[in-house]
Amino acid sequence: MDIQGRKLIKIATAGSVDDGKSTLIGRLLYDTKSLTTDKIEAIERSSKQRGYDYLDFSLATDGLVAEREQGITIDVAHIYFNTEKTNFIVADTPGHVEYTRNMVTGASTSQVAIILIDARKGVIEQTYRHFFIANLLRISHVVVAINKMDLVNYDEETFLKIKSDFDVLVEKSDFSEDQITFIPVSALKGENIASKSEEMPWYVGNTLLDHLEVLEPEDLQESSVARFPIQYVIRPKTEAFHDFRGFSGKLYGGSLKVGDEVTLLPSLNTSKIKSIHFFDQEIDEAAPGSSIAVTLETEVDLSRGDMLVKSSHVPQSEKQISATICQVNSKALRVGAKYILQHGVNRVLAKVDQIEAKIHTDFSGTEETDQLKLNDIGKVRFRLSKPIHFDSYKDNKSNGSFILIEEGDFDTVSVGFID
Amino acid sequence: MNNLLIPNPKEAESIHIIREVAAQFERPVLLFSGGKDSITLVRLAQKAFYPAKIPFPLLHVDTGHNFPETIEFRDKLVAELGLELIVRNVQDSIDQGKVREERGRYSSRNSLQTTTLLDAIEEFKFDACIGGARRDEEKARAKERVFSVRDDFGQWDEKNQRPELFDMLNGKIHVGQNVRCFPISNWTELDVWEYIKTENIEIPSIYFAHEREVFFRDGMIWTANEHVFREPHEEVMVKMVRFRTVGDMTCTAAVLSEAVSLDDVVGEIRESTISERGARIDDKRSEAAMETRKKVGYF
Ligand SMILES: Nc1nc2c(ncn2[C@@H]2O[C@H](COP(=O)(O)OP(=O)(O)OP(=O)(O)O)[C@@H](O)[C@H]2O)c(=O)[nH]1
Ligand SMILES: [Mg+2]
Repeated sequence: MDIQGRKLIKIATAGSVDDGKSTLIGRLLYDTKSLTTDKIEAIERSSKQRGYDYLDFSLATDGLVAEREQGITIDVAHIYFNTEKTNFIVADTPGHVEYTRNMVTGASTSQVAIILIDARKGVIEQTYRHFFIANLLRISHVVVAINKMDLVNYDEETFLKIKSDFDVLVEKSDFSEDQITFIPVSALKGENIASKSEEMPWYVGNTLLDHLEVLEPEDLQESSVARFPIQYVIRPKTEAFHDFRGFSGKLYGGSLKVGDEVTLLPSLNTSKIKSIHFFDQEIDEAAPGSSIAVTLETEVDLSRGDMLVKSSHVPQSEKQISATICQVNSKALRVGAKYILQHGVNRVLAKVDQIEAKIHTDFSGTEETDQLKLNDIGKVRFRLSKPIHFDSYKDNKSNGSFILIEEGDFDTVSVGFID
Repeated sequence: MNNLLIPNPKEAESIHIIREVAAQFERPVLLFSGGKDSITLVRLAQKAFYPAKIPFPLLHVDTGHNFPETIEFRDKLVAELGLELIVRNVQDSIDQGKVREERGRYSSRNSLQTTTLLDAIEEFKFDACIGGARRDEEKARAKERVFSVRDDFGQWDEKNQRPELFDMLNGKIHVGQNVRCFPISNWTELDVWEYIKTENIEIPSIYFAHEREVFFRDGMIWTANEHVFREPHEEVMVKMVRFRTVGDMTCTAAVLSEAVSLDDVVGEIRESTISERGARIDDKRSEAAMETRKKVGYF
């Protein structure tokens, strides 16, 4: 909830080049009156300059000069808009070759994915890949927007054919049917985006916007167990707070209460929560997602990178892990290579022990390989300098994911999802 | 009674980012302009470290053309919260011959700030600069990372940014590099105003409607005083106005307004159909204005 009691929903878009992602988002902005007059004027001006006889809404989001010149999206852009009830953050991800890295990035912070399909082209190889990533990241809800319906005469048969082709993919995934919704739209003409299409009376479902609005964040949030990685130790050393030692961080997965029995990792010491602070308030209980500070009943050794958990649910601690890796940098991952592994706010050294397989992102299986290149996804085993305290990604997203930082330029080269 | 904290996700995210800055860097600094976004940052930083003090200084790059109300406000805030404030002046960079004052109709010291800022970063060896930029401000900003690595020349390489996954921030850099950190990246202008209102945060008086000597040019309202270039035929008049952003006088346009309270201001923002950047004179110069300035190290 934001201050006004609006819920927050984070969405990632996916689709091949020119399927109309940017146009769809531009249309959502326009129809929710989120585009200001100066922005609309700028779009009108640019559309005219280019000799279009319609408004090119993709110009609302394609921000880089190179993007406007080429008419394509190069980098993930974040777009914000809201309705009476809901605050939306949309990651507009590019559809060109680097889509895997960009979609993984955009989707990592999203609860909903909108996968666009060009009605004229139907389900293509790229669609497989987009859906594969949504599945890998365990996105809570997928909307399949079948776009450019205006170019197929708003034909129901076309829509149904694409839907049944897609259903074959759904069967191969971990998604259940109720996590997937199909909507026929025309982003350009605004059909079934914010208002019901009169061109498609055969479609009885919600418009895209209505559909997004009825999703409840509670249903989109994973419910798991509490994980509290220590970010920063607060020691005021003032007279009023002489002995105050607050362990601050962001709480994930479940809530924490005053009086909870807790276990500290890696020491395995136990203690009890004495107080929970949010700025100058003392609270009894914090819900997941809170950035808080806690104090403990006993003097303990706890610092950045350590973790506090409820004693009833302690995560695994291992020096050998196995994970699905997505390579997000042009430097390839190879056996024997060393990296800095960042798990939440904790960093350890990691060595690639074995690349078990490269996974085909079209659901067609795996192959052997000795390296993972940019946009490749594969199964990898690592050996770590120290144990990390983790859950499997499917049980706890924040405590089951990590990034690899390469030691030369310190670039973020991979993201991992722990088995 | 059990008092349960249900987080405001954007606020919790910002606090998380600010704590990461304090933990990952040796010499962070908060770039403070006296505007609503940097004032919001100060409140979030207070929340991140309470009951301890904010563990980094504030840096104000003063163009010398700031509204006096902003400077007064800045000094009061710093004194009240016991913060450390560093001020560096564009005038000094001009006197040292490092930058040349612009002349003429659209002259402004806004772009000159970059040199003064980069010099201050070098002088104090800052490795992280916290700024109040939001992605909704401008299209090129929409692509900015939360942690944005700059080379020794302060340059931004937009095609080679580190991807940011989940909540994990990678602030690892080499000596000589520094990182621009944007904790309120995901806030909108309205989010900021609603926050200021619910948190009851004090802001400089020029954000509220007041009478001011102004003149009209290019459909915008400019402040009339000795720092702002004005043609003889551009007639000065007194209007009720307010500012939506508080930058240098030469690049901040006013809007006609009757809003005298935070409620009024939030109401006006909600209704308003002109974006905040529409009131920034420097951006109107060209569609690619912001991207170009960022590439050379502008904040
Ligand atoms: N007829 C028709 N054209 C559309 C529709 N949606 C998008 N287009 C057009 O398709 C072209 C590509 O649209 P974009 O929105 O730029 O595509 P994109 O998916 O964002 O492309 P990338 O970001 O480069 O991957 C533009 O010329 C749009 O005007 C639609 O519903 N109907
Ligand atoms: Mg696009």
